[in-house]
Amino acid sequence: MNPTTVRADFPILSRRVNGKQLVYLDSAATTQKPIQVIDAMNDFYRRHNASVHRGAYTLAEEATALYEGARSKIASFLDADSPREVVLTRGTTNAINTVAYGWGLYNLKPGDRILLTKMEHHANVVPWQLICRHTGAELEYLPLTDDFLVDTSNLEAVIDNRTRVVAFSGMSNVLGTIGPHAELIQAARSVGAMTIIDGAQLIPHAPTTVHDLGADFVVFSAHKMLGPTGIGAMWGRMELLEAMEPAEGGGSMIRDVQLDNSTWADVPYKFEAGTPPIAEAIGFGAAVDYLTKLGMDNVRAHEIEITRYALDRLGEIPDLTVYGPDDTSMRGGAVSFTLADIHPHDLATILDQQGVAIRAGHHCARPLMRVLDVPATARASFYVYNTLEEVDALIAALHDARRIFDVA
Amino acid sequence: MSLEELYRQVILDHYRNPRRSGSIEQADAHAEGHNPLCGDEVTIEVMIDDGVIVDAAVRGRGCSISQASASMMADAIVDKSLESVATLTRQVKSMLDIEDGNPGLDPERPGSVLGDLEALAGVKQFPVRIKCADLPWTTLEEALATTD
Repeated sequence: MNPTTVRADFPILSRRVNGKQLVYLDSAATTQKPIQVIDAMNDFYRRHNASVHRGAYTLAEEATALYEGARSKIASFLDADSPREVVLTRGTTNAINTVAYGWGLYNLKPGDRILLTKMEHHANVVPWQLICRHTGAELEYLPLTDDFLVDTSNLEAVIDNRTRVVAFSGMSNVLGTIGPHAELIQAARSVGAMTIIDGAQLIPHAPTTVHDLGADFVVFSAHKMLGPTGIGAMWGRMELLEAMEPAEGGGSMIRDVQLDNSTWADVPYKFEAGTPPIAEAIGFGAAVDYLTKLGMDNVRAHEIEITRYALDRLGEIPDLTVYGPDDTSMRGGAVSFTLADIHPHDLATILDQQGVAIRAGHHCARPLMRVLDVPATARASFYVYNTLEEVDALIAALHDARRIFDVA
Repeated sequence: MSLEELYRQVILDHYRNPRRSGSIEQADAHAEGHNPLCGDEVTIEVMIDDGVIVDAAVRGRGCSISQASASMMADAIVDKSLESVATLTRQVKSMLDIEDGNPGLDPERPGSVLGDLEALAGVKQFPVRIKCADLPWTTLEEALATTD
């Protein structure tokens, strides 16, 4: 996989920003979209647009086939046993809420425990806090080690029969840390706890199958893997999906509606209330096709190469602190850092003047910022279209920031 | 001195050496402001005597623009009447393009009308950062509103 060839498929990457060539290093927030995804969505609106699952006319049949085709592509990408195990959601946040309100609300009681880690995105914290309010369940957090890994040394003492849910990030959006999947899932299973992996970062960046992961639910978003915003997926074990209640009611998700009561449609439709984002689902399918063609092993190999190079070059800059593991086998391509006393927002503004787009802030992970004892970090993150030359541009811009801020 | 140099030197100076940093016990008015999107925080306390701000203290954490703006503001409002502070706030907000009106600056002589505060005019070039510069001023307005 050659990122220079890949770049030709991404129209936005030829843009100039503030008179400089755009260097887009914020793919952990959202990735850019290849022309194949843009064309697939465009083609849907130009030629096939109709609502799905109900029309007795040609366009509706085509729209349904394209929408369900996208579901099948996502299922194959995950090596799921059946496309029915893939629920299309509005994204990772919506998927976690679907599990929290569809499973947690009905299965948790006072004294039950939900185990998270201290590196979770707010999307995997706040829904569980809300469920705790409803059910009286309590939250627990696995701490992190000094080298930014999830600390499982005390796991046996933390997980016990009260633990009903273990929910954790597959790959941290701040630290890059890959979660200790096998260990956590094995421990959860030994006490019969339900497991959910927040795969928003993991699924786009590493070759994985739902069989390898072994969790009960794996959730992720299209827009962090070359697809559009507003669509994501919730893969779940069929027996759990069958037993679970819908978190949202409305059209499309019912078998029958009486005045006082209703019955639900089959999985996955009982979780897809209302008219779904059809063009977005089709774009999601096209994104999965694109990644499949690149090969997820190649995606991961490129990420390891560019992350290693970035960590080495960042290490050359005086007063720069990286927050995350140095071992690239334990991490993805989101690299958080601070530089001397320059606030991350100031850094982002200075870098933007050089066309370099990075994220600055708390990255929707305030509990983790408190662990790191920083109000915010700067974050550069990489994907299939980033080159080593772009890392060089980042480094040059950081030297520029040191000069502007008179860092001695 | 060019506007860019003023911006760079003045903002960095106030960021690294904040004026009137700290707190006032039993302040006549105080308010805490924060920008949840970027995490900037500013706390302002003032002493008021007969319609005049006689002392001010600020503390907080955040980017250079928010913290420098707070430092410059604290320096600028002491020994001013509440009316002139309100006028100054309007001038700063119009300089930042948050409000209509003419701040009345002299483009030939940067710094000649509002002193260091004119460095904040440079923030307009960075639209996403205007909220950072504005945070202390909006927080001051909230603090003074509690004294009405």
